[in-house]
Amino acid sequence: MSLLSKKNMGFVKDPLMDNNPIATQVLGICSALAVTVQLQTAMVMSIAVIIVLAFSNVLISLVRNKVPSNIRIIVELAIIATLVILVDQVLKAYLYDISKQLSVFVGLIITNCIVLGRAEAFALQNKPWPSFLDGVGNGLGYSMILITVAFGRELLGSGSLFGIQVIPDAAYAAGYQNMGLMVLAPGAFILLGLIIWVQRTLTGTVGD
Amino acid sequence: MASRPRITKAYTLGFAAVVTMVCSVLLATAATLLKDRQDQNIQLDIKYNILNVLGLVENDDVEPEKLLALYDQKVKTYVVDTDGKMVQGVIAEDVDLKVNPDLLPIFTRQEGDNILAYCIPTQGKALWSTVKGYIALESDLNTVKGITFYSHGETPGLGGEIDKEWFTDAFKGKTILNDAGEIVSVEIIKGKIRANEKNPEHKVDGISGATLTGLGLNRFIKATLEKYEPYFKSVRGDAS
Repeated sequence: MSLLSKKNMGFVKDPLMDNNPIATQVLGICSALAVTVQLQTAMVMSIAVIIVLAFSNVLISLVRNKVPSNIRIIVELAIIATLVILVDQVLKAYLYDISKQLSVFVGLIITNCIVLGRAEAFALQNKPWPSFLDGVGNGLGYSMILITVAFGRELLGSGSLFGIQVIPDAAYAAGYQNMGLMVLAPGAFILLGLIIWVQRTLTGTVGD
Repeated sequence: MASRPRITKAYTLGFAAVVTMVCSVLLATAATLLKDRQDQNIQLDIKYNILNVLGLVENDDVEPEKLLALYDQKVKTYVVDTDGKMVQGVIAEDVDLKVNPDLLPIFTRQEGDNILAYCIPTQGKALWSTVKGYIALESDLNTVKGITFYSHGETPGLGGEIDKEWFTDAFKGKTILNDAGEIVSVEIIKGKIRANEKNPEHKVDGISGATLTGLGLNRFIKATLEKYEPYFKSVRGDAS
């Protein structure tokens, strides 16, 4: 079986739309609300989650036949926590400002349900390569929503994208105002709700 | 699952031990390798905060080299003790408030021989964590020029808002002395300052959902100001 066969690519594509971890499975909402005020923090958070997800899936898949099942969850968490702390340390060393803004939310990737969820549901039953792809796919699915929400929130809430003002001064002079609600958590809820609505209409997913 | 090993208690224990070992070695290595860089960032951030609270930089887009140059050029430092006497031979930046609570570092903004503002470090327990920050006072040593909190572990969105500008900006222009010249500090109140509030010049709006964080800040900011008061008193005395 080739590395990028149709079946394998399905592991990456599926979580982007049909089985999106946020929109369909409604996992990882907490951080999706917290880090989406600006695009920059959302991007860094997305990359961190993709890295952690991909490598935790690979590592857990590698030891899947060796782990005693009674301490399975603890071992998974130890692996995930180690990866998260590594990412956090690297951020502190190389992207200090952003790591300050992300504050506890990098650490909270450990408790992000997507990571443990994919470990339990996928990596424990599959070989390392498909597990890697599954991690990347789910990470991208998560990132897609995160960045979409952040795009809307930064544009409407601060009138900028990546910290650069995009709404012209003339608009402000004419009476345009930034939407304060978008900077606060309810703004994220509303956008997220709209995204889930659109996504479910497109894929035809029906909730319980 | 063909090759599943026979699970015995010893195997489980051994497996857990190996996982723990590997994880801790990895983390220890990473922490050691990255420590220098992280410390540099923290030092730079502290200097940025001092400059910011003294009104020398507006935002952190400044390049590190420029920031350090500005700091060396405009900021003078010295250390006093709780009686208000100068302490010689101690570098203000190196004072660890936890180890030496009675050494009081002061960072001043100089313009020629004139001191335009004083900046002092403050830290203490809030709700969950030790909060660290800086307070800057105008040259009258009464009016607050600015305040900043650069390290804390308060709840994001609630107590964590103390590091945001909308909160710290409220301190600007408040005064720390009452009419009799006694320290009353600046108090973070519960809710907003009402129209009939007594002494609004010593009060700032609290953060809803973070009353306990506010109470913690009130306590240690006042304690810090009281410690520096003997020295400040002597400076005010000289000036008048």
